[in-house]
Amino acid sequence: MNAVPLLTLMVVVPLLGAIVVAVLPGNTARLAKPIALGASLVTLVLAVLAVASFDTGSTEQFQLAEVRPWIPQFGVSYALGVDGIALALIVMAAILTPVCLLAAWNDVTEEGSGREKRYFALLLVLEAFMVGVFAATDVFLFYVFFEAMLIPVYFLIGMFGGPRRQYAAVKFLLFSLVGGLVMLVAVIGVFVAGPGGGDGFLVENLTGNLDASTGALRWMFVGFFVAFAIKAPMWPVHTWLPDAATESRPAVAVLLVGVLDKVGTYGMIRFCLQLFPEASQWATPVVITLAVISVVYGALLAIGQTDMMRLIAFTSISHFGFIVLGIFALTSVGGAGSSLYMVNHGFSTAGLFLLAGFLVARRGSKRIPDYGGWQRVTPVLAGTFLVVGLSSLALPGLSSFVSEFLVLQGAFMRYRVAAVIAAAGIILAPLYILLMYQRLMTGPKPTFGEAEAPRDLSLRERVVVAPLIASFLLLGFFPKPVLDLVNPAVERTLQFVGVSDPTPALASGSDQ
Amino acid sequence: MTSLLAEDSALSAADASGASSVAWLLIALPLVGAAVLLLGGRRTDRFGPLLATGLSWGSFVVGLVVFLQLLGLPAEERAQDLTLWNWVPAGAFQLDVGLLVDPLSTSFVLLITFVGSLIHVYSIGYMENDPDKRRFFAYLNLFVASMLLLVLADSYLLLFVGWEGVGLASYLLIGFWNWNPAYATAANKAFFVNRVGDLGLAIGIMVIFVTFGSVDYATVSEGAANASQGTLTAIGLLLLLGACGKSAQFPLQSWLGDAMAGPTPVSALIHAATMVTAGVYLVVRSNPIYDGAPDARLAVALVGAITLLFGAIVGCAKDDIKKVLAASTMSQIGYMMLAAGLGPVGYAFAIFHLLTHGFFKAGMFLGAGSVMHGMNDQVNLRRYGGLSTFMKITWVTFGLGWLAILGVPPFSGFWSKDSVIEAAFVGEGWQPWVLGGVALLGAGITAFYMSRLFFMTFHGEKRWEEDPEPHPHDPDRTMTVPMIVLAVGSAGLGLVLGPTGAITSWLAPVVGEHGEEHPVLPVWLIVALTLGLVAVGAAYAWVRYGRDLVPEVAPKATAITRAARVDLYQDAVNEGLFMRPGIHLTRGLVFADARGVDGAVGGLAALVGGLSSRLRRLQTGYARSYALTMLTGVVTVLGALWVIQ
Repeated sequence: MNAVPLLTLMVVVPLLGAIVVAVLPGNTARLAKPIALGASLVTLVLAVLAVASFDTGSTEQFQLAEVRPWIPQFGVSYALGVDGIALALIVMAAILTPVCLLAAWNDVTEEGSGREKRYFALLLVLEAFMVGVFAATDVFLFYVFFEAMLIPVYFLIGMFGGPRRQYAAVKFLLFSLVGGLVMLVAVIGVFVAGPGGGDGFLVENLTGNLDASTGALRWMFVGFFVAFAIKAPMWPVHTWLPDAATESRPAVAVLLVGVLDKVGTYGMIRFCLQLFPEASQWATPVVITLAVISVVYGALLAIGQTDMMRLIAFTSISHFGFIVLGIFALTSVGGAGSSLYMVNHGFSTAGLFLLAGFLVARRGSKRIPDYGGWQRVTPVLAGTFLVVGLSSLALPGLSSFVSEFLVLQGAFMRYRVAAVIAAAGIILAPLYILLMYQRLMTGPKPTFGEAEAPRDLSLRERVVVAPLIASFLLLGFFPKPVLDLVNPAVERTLQFVGVSDPTPALASGSDQ
Repeated sequence: MTSLLAEDSALSAADASGASSVAWLLIALPLVGAAVLLLGGRRTDRFGPLLATGLSWGSFVVGLVVFLQLLGLPAEERAQDLTLWNWVPAGAFQLDVGLLVDPLSTSFVLLITFVGSLIHVYSIGYMENDPDKRRFFAYLNLFVASMLLLVLADSYLLLFVGWEGVGLASYLLIGFWNWNPAYATAANKAFFVNRVGDLGLAIGIMVIFVTFGSVDYATVSEGAANASQGTLTAIGLLLLLGACGKSAQFPLQSWLGDAMAGPTPVSALIHAATMVTAGVYLVVRSNPIYDGAPDARLAVALVGAITLLFGAIVGCAKDDIKKVLAASTMSQIGYMMLAAGLGPVGYAFAIFHLLTHGFFKAGMFLGAGSVMHGMNDQVNLRRYGGLSTFMKITWVTFGLGWLAILGVPPFSGFWSKDSVIEAAFVGEGWQPWVLGGVALLGAGITAFYMSRLFFMTFHGEKRWEEDPEPHPHDPDRTMTVPMIVLAVGSAGLGLVLGPTGAITSWLAPVVGEHGEEHPVLPVWLIVALTLGLVAVGAAYAWVRYGRDLVPEVAPKATAITRAARVDLYQDAVNEGLFMRPGIHLTRGLVFADARGVDGAVGGLAALVGGLSSRLRRLQTGYARSYALTMLTGVVTVLGALWVIQ
């Protein structure tokens, strides 16, 4: 037990911040935004402390653990803890939240209004739940966070989104609820099959301890997987994402696609693989197939979009395909690649959504054909947009390349054909990114008639983009800190599943 | 046989010492320049170009010191590895960032930094009046850094970083004037076609890893002798695909002509002297793999042979001075690929021709830039003529490059191209006759189209009006000095490196020695035939374009000429095979996704829960419904647990 419950604090601080922001009386309302930003920065400091006290050499699966009985009658505990993968994702969420708050600074036009307070309070609530869902080591607690996350997101889309926000919010909710309910059945099933008792929902107690027929375990696997596939989202249950992404404010889209959707891929590692080793191997061919379809399908659909936000959403569907491919390749290389990919994708998608948002704020349109020649008008915006795009297309030297290569390499070690087809993403990615860049930024200098020409990135906007670009370069040339963090967790997951890496052809002598 | 060759070429690298231990400075210096100029913004406008040029020369000085240090060592110790940091520790995949300083990489370092720095100097004059020249120099520095990383990397994955880095610099510089939509499209085209090749390289690296367990050169070169020929052939073909993209070899050649949209110094540096030769570097660097894969080697040689003819034919028909030079570059790299595909007998000559070509082609591109400068950016050869009296320095320096590429003794091209042609005639069965024949024929066609360009530009009647513009003249010294230096290299480099045996013995530790191989024809006959064909080609060009009047509008001409004018229909083929079907596919999918997948999933949900009819109610009375749903969920759980217990 830790002396300081860091993880709980990381849930509580943003929640407290949210309450303070929400109840600020009228004349102090303009403090709402600074307080919200402050709360998220305190959370970030706590995240850094968590990393500092994390020991990559530890034999425990979960560190910084806190376990307290919650509803012992039903085996439910309040249990938090992190392995390297969860911690990496929490840190990513803790970095992205202040970045998004800063990006969302002027999203609500009525300065100091109740609407503005609600907006920032909801963003903080979302952060609290995101930390909770990655840190939960009790299956039921995870489920509670998993469902609770829907509430702030629903309101963030439904109250603050674009013209079709109601449709998008309800669609998001329905898809998520269907997934959630299917998972609920599996959650119950897991408890029934587990050892039971007052802490019967603890992941540690359930791992390797499920007593049920192969068929039943496979159904439970499916229950979890469907929920995670919808969340991730994978083809063919991806259709809620483009609508949700384009109707949200850019900052909300970042947290939705960049962080919240990672719960899907994270859940696959934590629950699907860890709790159902046999079923995971049984389902692998289907999952790999769906992942490869997602990679190619998402990329092709992205190429065909004329709405920037939808385009970015489809690139994410392609990238989530890569992440799932790496997870189910069941190799140390693919697992490390996917874990790193989850972090990198958070930052590069954030860059894309936020910069596209800055463009939209200037021109008032999400349609790509409404732009052209903006490099002549806003060179810094264009330059940073290009760098972010290059990260999305996995240019070597930037962070996404390392993870995408590792995923493909990890998949190639076991599934040659799947890896080669997914590698087609290498060709498709520049098509969607560079064609978008060409249509937005190149061509003759546009004229704005009577209106004033748009200004280049402001200081606030530069501060938003700078840490993202810094992360591309840092994790591109020095991904070691993240990889060192996730490697032990990946190794342990493979042990749970009971697989080991295929040996190189020369070492095994099979290439003679 | 295989293992013997591998042992010959497996030069085990010692840890870096002395000058090699600061080899990272080679890359760091231009990288700092790029960073300062890009991040510094307008503040660096005034001194930016000079800073970039200075740093590039700084890199050359470091390269020279490293080279001299290697030269002072015995041949077998001329390979030093400099491990910088632990890059990708991911489970079974472990890789450091490390640099390999050996004769092959050092040759490239000298070429890149020397020619690169000269072109920086030239650009100070050429880009003088461009408002964005700071960005231009930043990209040039970025290019030099990436190219040095490409050749200094000690593993395939790190090479890939430089490989796409130079691709990025190329993309940025082709599209430097991207307010012109055609130029922006040209930049994208270059990136897309290169990515097709990169797919091959990426998969090749994956096969290397699952075969050898690591992707650094040392492991590969150690293990290649024990790998099966099938695996090595697969790797060889995949790497060849990568090489085809970067080096504009058939069938991935289509981007190079359009890449001439970039400012001319870029064409000289990136699309002639250095980047496009990276494919040749890759093949030669992978010699342990190709030594064990004769089929892959043959594929390399055939790709080279096809491209050398393809480029030469296209070069005969183009009227745009830069596009003729681009086609010529393609064709000359075809020669290098052909040589590299010949294996140990050709590796060194591939690099030899690469070095001399770097000088004479860069020199001619700079000459073309000088002509365009003087002619108000006119690029049409039919609008030139008689420029020799107006631009003396350009005429003489370009002339030396012209003599070099023709292969007139004793200029550089004579030594390097002749070595390639002779090597192509070595072998058994049909191969020497086909490969040697193509190389010989190519020499004749090259002489024709390069002479055509030379005579149409500098000789014959002048086909331009002086009033009000242009007034052709030699540019100022920042531009002429680099042209003169490169011309000196075009004239003398071959003589220094070739007949002295310097280049073959220098590279021998990397690519292996080759014994006395005898061509299927006597050497004197090959030389005589080559020179004869060159003389015929040049003479025919003189008759048609020097002596006779050149029509100012291109005549209708034969079917083959018309085909060559549109690059042998390469764009029509790509468009018909890939682009149009691709556009239809994405459009169809976008439609199907909205109607089909979304509809099906939504319909299923509606069917199961009758949700669609309640949609309106959910939208208005959301909170209640949601609470109800959650409550139902929780009650179900609690109920189920109660039943169980």
